[in-house]
Amino acid sequence: MIEVTLIYGFVNSIILALIALGFSLTFGISGISNFAFGAFFVLAGYTVWILMHQLSLPFLPSIVLALIFTSVLGALLYRLVLLRIRGQVISEVIATFGVGLAILELFRYLGFTGFEYTLPVFTDGSIMIGETYIDHQRLWIVGIGIVLAVVLYFFTHHTKLGLAFRGIAQDERTALSLGINSDRIAGISVAFGSGLAALAAVVILPRGTISVNEGYDVLINAMAVCIVGGLGSTPGVVLASFLIGYAQMITDTISGPHWKMIVSLVAILLILVVKPSGLFGKQKELEERI
Amino acid sequence: MKERRKERIDRGIKARSDDIFALNSYREMLYVAVPPALPVIGLLILPLILPTYWQKVLISTCVFALLAMSWDFLVSVGMVSLGQALFFGIGGYLAGILDRYVGCPIWVTIPVATLVGGVICTIVLLPVLRLRGVYFAMVTLVIPLMMERIIEATGFLGGTEGLSGLKPFPNSWIEVYVIAIATLVALYSFRRLVTEDYGLVLQGIRDNDRAVMSGGINIYWMKAQALFISGCVGAFCGAYITHVYAFVGMPAFAMDFSILPIASAIVGGVGTFAGSLVGAFILVPLSEALRGIGGLRTVIYALCLVVFIVALPEGIFHYIQRKYQQFERWVDVDQ
Repeated sequence: MIEVTLIYGFVNSIILALIALGFSLTFGISGISNFAFGAFFVLAGYTVWILMHQLSLPFLPSIVLALIFTSVLGALLYRLVLLRIRGQVISEVIATFGVGLAILELFRYLGFTGFEYTLPVFTDGSIMIGETYIDHQRLWIVGIGIVLAVVLYFFTHHTKLGLAFRGIAQDERTALSLGINSDRIAGISVAFGSGLAALAAVVILPRGTISVNEGYDVLINAMAVCIVGGLGSTPGVVLASFLIGYAQMITDTISGPHWKMIVSLVAILLILVVKPSGLFGKQKELEERI
Repeated sequence: MKERRKERIDRGIKARSDDIFALNSYREMLYVAVPPALPVIGLLILPLILPTYWQKVLISTCVFALLAMSWDFLVSVGMVSLGQALFFGIGGYLAGILDRYVGCPIWVTIPVATLVGGVICTIVLLPVLRLRGVYFAMVTLVIPLMMERIIEATGFLGGTEGLSGLKPFPNSWIEVYVIAIATLVALYSFRRLVTEDYGLVLQGIRDNDRAVMSGGINIYWMKAQALFISGCVGAFCGAYITHVYAFVGMPAFAMDFSILPIASAIVGGVGTFAGSLVGAFILVPLSEALRGIGGLRTVIYALCLVVFIVALPEGIFHYIQRKYQQFERWVDVDQ
């Protein structure tokens, strides 16, 4: 029993981390709101499904196409909407949230609900760890999640582009004076974040069916992890996903799956009351929250 | 090189009526008096001439206008909420509880639900009062979704079924005039409030909270008060709708009640309250006319929101106001 909770809690934490890393790359690290994140997640899932079932493409090309499609959409979102309202944080939030809502509710309207909307697993089968069965897809999730976290850490700390992402969040004018084209970097950041949403979707979604409500859940979970971990910190995101992931799993085993989402809210509220800048957050400690 | 730019100048009549207040003809008096009187005349006469079905539409229009105004008020204090449904739902459920479990008559449930709802909303959001901007928006977005989940998970207050069979209004005239008058009262009170000293302090908190703090004002106490006022208006809408439909359930926390007020306020023009009214009177009847498309309505609101934020961020009301008070002309600019 404890073993099951431990192992599945671990998987759950990695899932949260996968989701949150994409959101964190745009919102946490570059400071650009993308509240359409959950919608892009679901959109990627449906895109793969449509490519496979309506156009009968094989699995791998569909994934690649969906990744590209979502990233391009992210770039378009930036170019057409966000660019015109950069700097007005509230307008950014409302506009991206509006776009996300439009995408999600459009899918709901078009009737994309039901059990046939599933993605295939990467490899079939399962292995035993101790006395717990764990299927290959969850192992894929763990593997990709760990690789992604490491890659992202190195990307944001040791590449020019990644450093530019963090630069525009810390001080956009200074970044400009150092020759960073902040508009371009912000656009790339939104596109990358959307791409990561798509990646998370194709890895995570084979566990169950694709549903519109997943979009809201993903957004909430991603926000919870980013706030708890502290904006702009990849280690913070990882630590926070483990905290919330295990907390969710324990709540799940004790009091049922309905309470799982409430953990995120409680986590957000607690951290905002106790340490508003998050566990590892440093930037904007004073400016954003007093 | 000659270039041209657009110049905007206040109309003479605007200057006379604003600053020196020397009006010397009926035309000028009408210029001043007609715009504020329009909503009063409209809202009092519309229920008399509309057919029954459109009276119901008027009711939901007014409810969304009220919610939009309460959103607008929070924004003018610098708190952008993405979850007006929280206020609405709490008010609705309170009225439902008072009716079902306590058996209060309707003229008790609505005022009590309004005030207690305001208090509860304030207490719920008290921990996040320190947050500004995006963080406040995030938390308010999350809470109504959570409320829905909690009610679904625990099954208390009727769970997914909700509470039905509550007392309706005694007759449809009372029903429609209660909300029409409430809308008017809220509209003029809010417009008055933000120009009083009290409202100026609140706007100061939005613009520069540290300056207000250094003025020796407790901004958290002020924010809590603003939250209470806004929460009361939202809770009133919830309690009222509960009695109109004689039902309250999980849909009270639905995204509709969060997104439509925001859309109304933004389409109409933020910060004016009259804009919220204009926006609601455009969007709600529009959605009613498009009833056939069902779920696509939320998509349309969301797209309206995005288009207006990007293309006409000032909103319709500001635009009309500008045309009414100023004239424009092209002038040459010497380089």
